[in-house]
Amino acid sequence: MAHRSKKTGRRHPLASLGLLVLGLVAAGGVSTVVGQVASADASSQAPTQLTADDGEQLFQANCASCHGVNAEGTPEGPSLIGVGAASVDFQVMTGRMPLAFSGPQGMARTPQFSQEQSDAMGEYIAALAPGPDVPSEEVLDTADANVANGGEIFRINCAMCHNVAGAGGALTEGKFAPDLHDIDAAHIYEAMLTGPQNMPVFNDDNISPEEKADIIAYLHFLDENPSVGGFDLGSLGPVSEGLFIWIFGLGGIVAITVWLTAKPN
Amino acid sequence: MTTTQSPNAAPASQAPQQRKTVTSWAANYLDERTSISGVTAYLGRKIFPDHWSFMLGEVALYSFVVILLSGTFLTFFFDPSMGHTTYEGSYVPLKGIEMSIAYASSLDISFDIRGGLLMRQVHHWAALLFVASIGLHMLRVFFTGAFRKPRELNWVIGFLLFILAMAEGFTGYSLPDDLLSGNGLAIINGMVKAIPLVGGWISYLLFGGMFPGVDVIPRLFVLHIMLLPAILIVLLGMHMVLLVLNKHTQFAGPGKTNENVVGVPIMPVFAAKAGGFFFLVFGVIMAIAATFTINPIWNYGPYDPSPVSAGTQPDWYIGFADGALRLAPGWETELFGLTFSWNILIPMAVLGLFIVLVMFYPFIEAWVTQDKREHHLADRPRNAPTRTAIGAAGVVFYAVMWAGASSDLIATHFHLNVFQVTWVLQALIFLGPIIAFWVTKRVALGLQKKDREILLHGFESGRIVRRPGGEYIEVHQGLDEYESWKLKAFESPEPAKVRPDERGRITTGTHVRAALSRWFFEDRIEPVTKAEVERASHH
Amino acid sequence: MAEETKMQDVELHRDAALERSSEFENPGLPPHRKRQTDLHPEKAKRAERTVFTWFLVSALGSIVAVAAYIAVPITPGDLTTTRMNNLLLGLGIALALLSIGIGAVHWSKQLMSDEEHVDLRHPTRGSDATRAKAVEVFTLGDQESGFSRRSLIRNSLIGALAVVPLPAVVLFRDLAPADEVPTDVFAHTMWEAGTRLCLDPTGTPIRAEDVSYGSAFHVIPEDLEESEHPLDEKAKAAVLLMRLPADALNESPERAGWSYDGIVAYSKICTHVGCPVALYEQQTHHLLCPCHQSTFDVKNHCKVIFGPAKRPLPQLPITVDDEGYLIAQRDFTEPVGPSYFERLHDVDEDGHVQVAGTTTEQRA
Repeated sequence: MAHRSKKTGRRHPLASLGLLVLGLVAAGGVSTVVGQVASADASSQAPTQLTADDGEQLFQANCASCHGVNAEGTPEGPSLIGVGAASVDFQVMTGRMPLAFSGPQGMARTPQFSQEQSDAMGEYIAALAPGPDVPSEEVLDTADANVANGGEIFRINCAMCHNVAGAGGALTEGKFAPDLHDIDAAHIYEAMLTGPQNMPVFNDDNISPEEKADIIAYLHFLDENPSVGGFDLGSLGPVSEGLFIWIFGLGGIVAITVWLTAKPN
Repeated sequence: MTTTQSPNAAPASQAPQQRKTVTSWAANYLDERTSISGVTAYLGRKIFPDHWSFMLGEVALYSFVVILLSGTFLTFFFDPSMGHTTYEGSYVPLKGIEMSIAYASSLDISFDIRGGLLMRQVHHWAALLFVASIGLHMLRVFFTGAFRKPRELNWVIGFLLFILAMAEGFTGYSLPDDLLSGNGLAIINGMVKAIPLVGGWISYLLFGGMFPGVDVIPRLFVLHIMLLPAILIVLLGMHMVLLVLNKHTQFAGPGKTNENVVGVPIMPVFAAKAGGFFFLVFGVIMAIAATFTINPIWNYGPYDPSPVSAGTQPDWYIGFADGALRLAPGWETELFGLTFSWNILIPMAVLGLFIVLVMFYPFIEAWVTQDKREHHLADRPRNAPTRTAIGAAGVVFYAVMWAGASSDLIATHFHLNVFQVTWVLQALIFLGPIIAFWVTKRVALGLQKKDREILLHGFESGRIVRRPGGEYIEVHQGLDEYESWKLKAFESPEPAKVRPDERGRITTGTHVRAALSRWFFEDRIEPVTKAEVERASHH
Repeated sequence: MAEETKMQDVELHRDAALERSSEFENPGLPPHRKRQTDLHPEKAKRAERTVFTWFLVSALGSIVAVAAYIAVPITPGDLTTTRMNNLLLGLGIALALLSIGIGAVHWSKQLMSDEEHVDLRHPTRGSDATRAKAVEVFTLGDQESGFSRRSLIRNSLIGALAVVPLPAVVLFRDLAPADEVPTDVFAHTMWEAGTRLCLDPTGTPIRAEDVSYGSAFHVIPEDLEESEHPLDEKAKAAVLLMRLPADALNESPERAGWSYDGIVAYSKICTHVGCPVALYEQQTHHLLCPCHQSTFDVKNHCKVIFGPAKRPLPQLPITVDDEGYLIAQRDFTEPVGPSYFERLHDVDEDGHVQVAGTTTEQRA
């Protein structure tokens, strides 16, 4: 026992990587389980044309306990008056709402509702008071977006929380800025427009719709073009590089020295 | 020994008439102009002990050679100017962006020059490996006591090499002038400014005026490719010369004593192994560089004082300093109209003290033990429990600071609160080394006890035998004399007693030293004696 | 062991720890065990073939690398070609290097003699004769030069040597402009009365009405690009603009009028070591520095609530001009960014909150 403690001290990097791997595996497992439950829910709903009234019913059944029967907000959840359909689409279709469990912040997971159901709830919320609408196809069209401009705007406005490569980062007291890989264009757009949770709002006067499309194009460029240098080690920067060189670089070379100096039989 | 000789006339004393080959002609040609045969005769059959942990310094040396080779390639293409340009290279997400020439040329190396990215990655991976292998090498030297007389000076030189390697690393990390390295320089600027009296001036002169200015990259470039490598190579040479003069340490073993060195001769076995090992180290670095990205500068974008990336960290070897800054308390005093930034000065002082202690450790230990003998036998760490415990405490101290530099990543990856991570690490920086010291010492003493048991009663063979009386026992197997020697051959000093000096006085210094000596040597396991072994063998 | 090579004849210091020398005899080198390749010529032959194969593979690797260099050129704009070039070239060279290494080590381990050799060590100190000779050299040098005797010239030489590096010290003064001193350049920024707040990087001026609640605008002064050194100016002048609900903002009376309709502007440069602080949480109104996690509370004039920073972020007093654009009222009242020794010299009494006086609730 005591022997092990001593080794922990000396092999710190190894230990942290072990924990890291364990943590990632655990996180992956949890999200898979949650995802399965959620998708079972979603598939049981019939995909038909739904109206704002259906949206209201869905809202009363699933959201009103925290956001209030008239979406006016309660101590458990903020008011949704004026948040707009864009906010509903983002929160519901990234699976952040309804909250899986209370914690520092809502986490992305498999959505609990179908797109139609979400749209219906969005219509209901939008009818309460005007707010940002779900972006149209033209707005999200990145065919002639400027990737370089998107990168620059992203670095100035987004990278401090989400990391330059969109790998995510820590905020205060357990909150975090999520990883931005493989996110639907509409959801990126809606997040900027509505400022979900602690993310600031980036209205069209701050980042214009064209610039928002540029950012989406940049993020999708990163998704589609893996690092030219090979595996990117999570794009976490020097920390993962340092762990890698200690564990696999120097570890591998130490293994070689053992082979090199072992007596042949 | 003949001084003048025509090249054709072979000396009569050379018994077998040698065949005239190109090699012999060349050797003769060289020797007549350099007397190189003397060097060969002196070094050629020198003995080098064989143990895996003795190869770690070589890893450092070889990665340095790789750094020199790849770095030379990079200098042919890199332009360290901070002048402005607009990028028109092939990486689309930066096309048309304003940037410095240094950053643009780093991008060109990465995207437009065949093998350029490979050389950049080789250079950076090799640099990380260089510092890591120096660190591991130093740990080996420390924990085996290989820094003791006559090698204290070589420890100091090695330590300076470690510092230089970090300086090389930091200056190199800054050269591409990307966002990450620029923020690193901003942090350095902030730290420098906090130095009382001269801080502002140092910052002002370093950056040629206001940070970031247009001067710092070319200045760091000169340091990185000329001044620092020159000093590094000189010290490296001294390190090697002292290594040859002092000969390598070896672990105690049958036939191995403090007065000899047992191993393989340089020619040919060691040369083949070490030469082959160079290619292996180079090959491993090359394989990593071919398959794993390091420092993707194209993601970071050009340096701009306004943006910053989440997870802004220095390379691993500067991490401990960054961690110290993160863990420091937010203290600052305004006194007589002057500002004292304790939040920066305290971590700088603590790091300085830590570094000085590491550098002078051989002298401190020698003062405590008053051991003036030469030591050529490497200690097994368990046989020097206090030193091993000190080392473990130091490693934990360093590791906590290092973890501090990754507090945000620890928080995001384990879904923790970054504030709480910081508080835990702040507590650990004080408690961790104490716990590590205590635990390590117990473990070392426990292992010594186990050695003693094995010497007296052999090890458990796993074979269960039924005695005629019906009782079952496990057969203990004794060691042969060669194996048991490895466990027996160590020194176990007892603490010094307070004794009066020549004039019959006992000074305070003597008391302090005796107290330290007690602290260093008090907890010990009595070594096995001949009588005990004999008694045990009669059982 | 020959007697003369004993090195333990150094007398132990009287304070030295007592040493128990081992009672046991060193059994000497164990007998040499022959390897399979020593015993069986055919195994040696096989080892030889293995080594040869590795060297052959190495040559192949080199050829692969050269072929990759030529066959996989980089097509501008196509990142796949850059990646493949890096991968194939690197793997080819790695194969070439590793195979030489493996071959050489295999050769040395299987085919070269593995007999252990013994060298005797000698005490590191020179022999008495050598040391006497060295002393004599120095004595002669001293006598012949008169180094000890002629103390006047000796001391004046030492004095001259001590002074001779001085020019080197002053030589470095012009590393930075000679007509300024550090505090001049640290103390002031581009902001002055009437400077419009503009968006980074486009330079578009910002209307107060465009700043919605929960927004964070990254701001530069107008005409930044026209300045002589835009990056240097930006490093001091970068500002973050946020709009807080009136009930969230606790403004101190000295700073009344520094904000406009809930819109506040703070320096982005951390007061710790100068990283850009820009991680704004729109619900908690906390600003986090990603470098060392200093956390500032925008509600309370960016007071530090966590981390190694001590001072609040400097606030830029703002208002609007006739056209509704946000403008600065004046420059910052104190130097932005990390502390320096003479910092207080440039602190304007207007609205400066003394650090020593404030009670920062650490770790709120």
